[in-house]
Amino acid sequence: MSVLRLFTGRTASAPVARERLQILLAHERSLRGQPDLLMQLREEILAVVSRHVVLDPDKVIVRMDRGKHVSTLEVDIELPSGADRAFASAG
Amino acid sequence: MAKVLVVTSGKGGVGKTTTTAAMGAALAQAGEKVVVVDFDVGLRNLDLVLGAERRVVFDLINVVHGVAKLPQALIRDKRLENLWLLPASQTKDKDALTEDGVGRVIHELRKTFDWVICDSPAGIERGAMLAMRYADEAIIVTNPEVSSVRDSDRIIGMLDSKTVRAENGERVEKHILITRYDAGRAARGEMLSIDDVLEILATPLLGIVPESQDVLRASNVGCPVTLNSPASAPARAYHDAMRRLLGEEVEMQIPVERKGLMNLLLGRRAA
Repeated sequence: MSVLRLFTGRTASAPVARERLQILLAHERSLRGQPDLLMQLREEILAVVSRHVVLDPDKVIVRMDRGKHVSTLEVDIELPSGADRAFASAG
Repeated sequence: MAKVLVVTSGKGGVGKTTTTAAMGAALAQAGEKVVVVDFDVGLRNLDLVLGAERRVVFDLINVVHGVAKLPQALIRDKRLENLWLLPASQTKDKDALTEDGVGRVIHELRKTFDWVICDSPAGIERGAMLAMRYADEAIIVTNPEVSSVRDSDRIIGMLDSKTVRAENGERVEKHILITRYDAGRAARGEMLSIDDVLEILATPLLGIVPESQDVLRASNVGCPVTLNSPASAPARAYHDAMRRLLGEEVEMQIPVERKGLMNLLLGRRAA
């Protein structure tokens, strides 16, 4: 702390830098590796459903949405025509 | 047992090449057999910092492609008989490096040297990925400044996931080296403190290298700072870092500002 700062009233900027970094990095770390996780989820879901129904792998979409309060995982699988009857007879 | 050490940072201009040269020279001075490998294809500079720019004949890419044998491409330092350089290519494309090719070269170097130090290019592209790919240990060069710390954090994440060691469930031993540290600015609260950086990155500290004219002077004449001005503050910091890397306990010296009464009153940086 210098005498000059007492007069100019200028405050240290390092604490601001530190706080901004901590918030930013917490966010970035939480996102890190996520595409891989989604890809893995997609593969596993595809494998499970394929055991029962023949699927077009391109018609399986797994999406993650991050909200402030609620995050959602959306799984969208398009069944080929005729597959719904297989489900109905099994149920 | 040979060790592969990557010097990396994400951000450019923080002191990777300076650190590679200084640490390589310090280890060689301590009797270790060292090769420094430049991975910055197209923008090589390690040869220049080491004063070997006029002795480059073959390079890493020539060896990867089988155009030259490893011993033909290695350049022995004229001052330190234990220090060798494997330069990068200045003309080739960075895609000329392949993972298998780099793996073969590193495997060969491990047989001859105690330390294989890989000088990473900036960024997180192919060159940087390949520089860290086979590492056992990593020095993450960080300036106490927001963008450098953020990039270091990103690089730490990659060291923990994209290296051969990580994929085998092993750890790459990581060390933070803080460079261009300005004690005066830190004291005035204008620069992230050492503690801030370490707390945010949660990685052990290898050393603190102060901002210094000696580093620039060493680059100008093409001589690692540990050789060019061994008594200078940055040279001593690198020397201590080298001893810690070898497993010695060395007390951490935090650089302090030397300034006169007038500067102290005005909060001004000593010239």
